[in-house]
Amino acid sequence: MTFLLGSGAGFSGDRTDAAIPVVAELIRRGQPAALLFETLGERTLAAAHRARHDDPDAGFEPLLDELLEPVLDDCLANDIAILGNFGAANPAGACERVKALAERAGRADIRIGHVQGDDIRSRLSRIDLQRWEGESGEMPGEEALISANVYLGAAPLVEALAQGAEVVVTGRVADPSLFLAPLMHHFGWAWDDWDRLAAGTMAGHLGECGSQVSGGYFADPGLKDVPDLATVGYPIIEVEEDGSLVVTKPPGTGGCVTERTVKEQLLYEVHDPSGYLTPDVVVDLSDARVVQIGPDRVAVSGIRGRPAPERLKTTVCYAGGWQGEAEISYAGPNAFGRARLAAEVLRERLTFRAPPELRSRLDIIGHASVFDSDTGDLQRHTVGQENGDYRLRLAVGHPERRWVERATQELLALYCAGPAGGGGVRRQFQRRICTASYLVKRSDVEAFATLYDTSQNDDRSYGHGAQ
Amino acid sequence: MAPNDDVNVMSLHRLAHARAGDKGERLNLALFAYDPRHYDTLLAQVTEARVQALFAHRGVSRVRRYPLPGLAGMNLVLDDVLQGGVNGALNLDGHGKTLSFLLLGMEIAMPATHRE
Repeated sequence: MTFLLGSGAGFSGDRTDAAIPVVAELIRRGQPAALLFETLGERTLAAAHRARHDDPDAGFEPLLDELLEPVLDDCLANDIAILGNFGAANPAGACERVKALAERAGRADIRIGHVQGDDIRSRLSRIDLQRWEGESGEMPGEEALISANVYLGAAPLVEALAQGAEVVVTGRVADPSLFLAPLMHHFGWAWDDWDRLAAGTMAGHLGECGSQVSGGYFADPGLKDVPDLATVGYPIIEVEEDGSLVVTKPPGTGGCVTERTVKEQLLYEVHDPSGYLTPDVVVDLSDARVVQIGPDRVAVSGIRGRPAPERLKTTVCYAGGWQGEAEISYAGPNAFGRARLAAEVLRERLTFRAPPELRSRLDIIGHASVFDSDTGDLQRHTVGQENGDYRLRLAVGHPERRWVERATQELLALYCAGPAGGGGVRRQFQRRICTASYLVKRSDVEAFATLYDTSQNDDRSYGHGAQ
Repeated sequence: MAPNDDVNVMSLHRLAHARAGDKGERLNLALFAYDPRHYDTLLAQVTEARVQALFAHRGVSRVRRYPLPGLAGMNLVLDDVLQGGVNGALNLDGHGKTLSFLLLGMEIAMPATHRE
């Protein structure tokens, strides 16, 4: 029998009403189903650790209430399991919130699966680490280290479902594993049935970014038009016992599921398509086929798998000093000339008002910014429209807050001491948490699940040594 | 390449669509022909060397291209273009999400017989 995977969110900060039509359609179909919330990335994991660093009770998905409240009751009443990595840096805290939400809905007896074992911070110095091949920097010193989270696979989530969990809360698990877990639980696939594991993993990969497979992050007016993007439907992936899968979305929602939308998501964040690494399986997409089989229905086939990698990827977060930004606008006649003069003045000021190790970058937004390098090559070699609407942006980084404050204050001072007609200064600075990726041995990771009421919250040591 | 009077130079943006993804300092750009008949043109012209040149100012250290004929597309993997990545960059777009459209600005020479 078909199993339905519904996506409720594709990142932290996603639309919080997205899951409502997905759940309505899962209920209407009456087939076995699960609802998945993927809300954790490299950026959001760092942000969660920063939040927990400031407040030990925080550090899980800040939108958890808004995401779950509209659908929790319906899912519990219709046997739709909810799995989410919304635990982020504090899964126990998220379990507590889910419990409170369920109590409010009259379901104080809710069974919450609490997945643990991704947090290896306390053992990091004693285990064998390999640098991930895509990065080259030095391992941060112990004093800068904030957290280390392993990308767990689907196994502990399946364990939670086997214990009867109705909601499964995790921290760092590989995004597609959230989707693979209910398939493993439902179909009872073997853990070395590599082709099925690969198909289930790609069902997850296609669904994990929410509407990115169903018309979100796709529209390019005139070339790639998407209907009703304001109400874009989040995906439902239909998976069969043999691993065949179809991507679709709830009827009556905006967006579209086409070969093009599915292809873009199929390779999203993939490197070598013949060896896409996940904790559960290595996926080979070399012979993948994507075929439209009906309106908003696309079949994906030809996915093969081979044994899972020996090591698991780990994200390490460490204190990266301070970052600051400040901006000022110039518009109207000779705006480009005035913005460029302001940039030159700032560059000169920073040579004697800031230490040489200050990292800095100047963009002229409206002319050259996001495509440019930190050294401003594009900006230097091109000329903007004389009359325009430009915003000069200064971005700086330094281990010490005072130099970030001083540098951004130099932009503020352009109000009086810079070129004519500058306005709209905004200025902000904050602690930066950097991330680096490593590979750890599976034998150094102990992942497990417990039902929340019987689990101990033993995370009180959090934040030690991390300033 | 054919003489100039036999080709139209157009932006890759008219022929293909793309999406960027990031992991650390590594960027991938998945590129797909709108019309599978243009796949060979993309393969001939969107080469590792041309992509390397397009992203040279970003400090790219290596470009690898994985052709995917079954999808009429290719995956381009660029190392060290993110200048710090999502948690370390000074760039407004630390993910490099906008860079799919830097790629789509590449010029492609199409036979003059091509009609959009």
